[in-house]
Amino acid sequence: MFERFGRISYCAHTKVEEFVRHLESGRLMGSCCAACGQVTFPPRADCAECRHGEFTFTELNGRGTVVTHTRIESAPAGFEAAVPFDLAVVDLDEGGRLLAGFGATIAPADIAIGMAVQVVPRINEETEESQVDYTLERPGTGWTKSDLP
Amino acid sequence: MSRVGIIGIGHTRFGRRGDATVQELAFEAYREALVDADLDPALIEATVIGAVPEYHKQRSVAGVIQEYLSLTPRPTWLTEAACASGSAAIRSGWLAIKAGVHDVVAVIGCQKMTELETAEILALMGRVGDVQWESVFGTTFPGYYAMFTRCHMHEFGTTEEQLAQVAVKNHHYGARNAKAMFQKEITAAKALDSDSVAAPLKVYDCCANADGAACVILAGEAAARRLGGARTVWLDGMGCASDSMSVLRRGDLTGLPAAREAAAQAYRMAGVEAADVKVAEVHDCFTIAEIMAYEDLGFCDRGEGGAFIADQQSYLAGTTPVNLDGGLKAKGHPIGATGVSMTCEMVSQLRGDCGERQVLGADIALTHNVGGIGQYCFVHVLRRD
Repeated sequence: MFERFGRISYCAHTKVEEFVRHLESGRLMGSCCAACGQVTFPPRADCAECRHGEFTFTELNGRGTVVTHTRIESAPAGFEAAVPFDLAVVDLDEGGRLLAGFGATIAPADIAIGMAVQVVPRINEETEESQVDYTLERPGTGWTKSDLP
Repeated sequence: MSRVGIIGIGHTRFGRRGDATVQELAFEAYREALVDADLDPALIEATVIGAVPEYHKQRSVAGVIQEYLSLTPRPTWLTEAACASGSAAIRSGWLAIKAGVHDVVAVIGCQKMTELETAEILALMGRVGDVQWESVFGTTFPGYYAMFTRCHMHEFGTTEEQLAQVAVKNHHYGARNAKAMFQKEITAAKALDSDSVAAPLKVYDCCANADGAACVILAGEAAARRLGGARTVWLDGMGCASDSMSVLRRGDLTGLPAAREAAAQAYRMAGVEAADVKVAEVHDCFTIAEIMAYEDLGFCDRGEGGAFIADQQSYLAGTTPVNLDGGLKAKGHPIGATGVSMTCEMVSQLRGDCGERQVLGADIALTHNVGGIGQYCFVHVLRRD
């Protein structure tokens, strides 16, 4: 299932693959350790704090702040048609960090360290396979949530 | 505590080596090291190979090299720590001698990177980060260092001009190294005008893939005194640390915590401080990486790396000369060979063999070899008595 995450996938199998189904339903999920309650993003099956192996998914609000960013001009395989594109590392308000590209609500010239962003789940319709990821958007950007597929 | 010495060094020309296989490159470096040490190869008890397997068509190169060197059935093994594989191999050889298992060990770092097709290189480049959560968004190796650069600029006011000055320095010295890939000076204007790769990094902020090999012969203290005499250079401080592969699990993005940790270990073991280092080789895979290295190694304070190059403190006449062989930037970066190449250069400096690039009176030298975006770092302090 996890091969559906991202434009190009190198990782089909993981203990946190249900993340993809939640993302398809419009929910950004972190993991919450069943033993110590540690919340982590990206989600992980094995708690980094107490090493416990059971967890539940917990929904995050996706609000965050840009830590750093770059504009990729020289593309890796699979992204040849996409360049140039901007990427950023974002600290989530609720803890954890993610890396993602920008959506249409933020102009490249406006990207700056310290800016507030909203992480928005996105189902990519133009790709052949069903594919889902998230983009960085202007705070206040809305999106629809559905029941778990 | 008994010491481990380097008694021989060998180094191929770096660059596009369409004339040689990886084992032929390894042989060039090995033969030169044997001649340099005036050593009977029968005394070599084991070889350690530093290389990154995914760049080679030939699988499992350690055994292939051992066969080509006519050293079977003696032990050989591969060490891999991405771009720090060469220093990992040196550490592995050092450990084998310290453990008392072997007395004389040949360490060979080698890599043939130009035999891959461009598409294969791009595919590899697409997998340098965490493939589960980062590569799926199109990250690249320059892209990660570009994000370090942005943080460094934001936090400390480091400029694109200062980055270009690192490239200018390293090409200046590369032009004086007969084994370097690029033996041509460049201007800051040329570097600043080059195409963007991952903003704010440009073509001249990035090192180049290359082919090449380097070899050092290590010996236990008594054997080194017997075989290497007064030319022996000692591995007196051996630091090694790790960090997360993913930028998502790093706090600070203005330096490499693993480099600071490895440096602290190496200085402590050698009983020296940063100010005692007379000459250094640092891992300038990108110009920002050299600036961060100045700071992580304590050659200057945090945030002062840009000023350190602007003031030419890392030139031959500066407080701590850095990368006087051209660095990865001008010498080329055959990733498995790099750590061993750095070590060869520091041995040459400590022996006083570097001609117009020689730091007069150099007695303590340092190598700083980074794997990936800092998930491995090896810092070694070398000394000549």
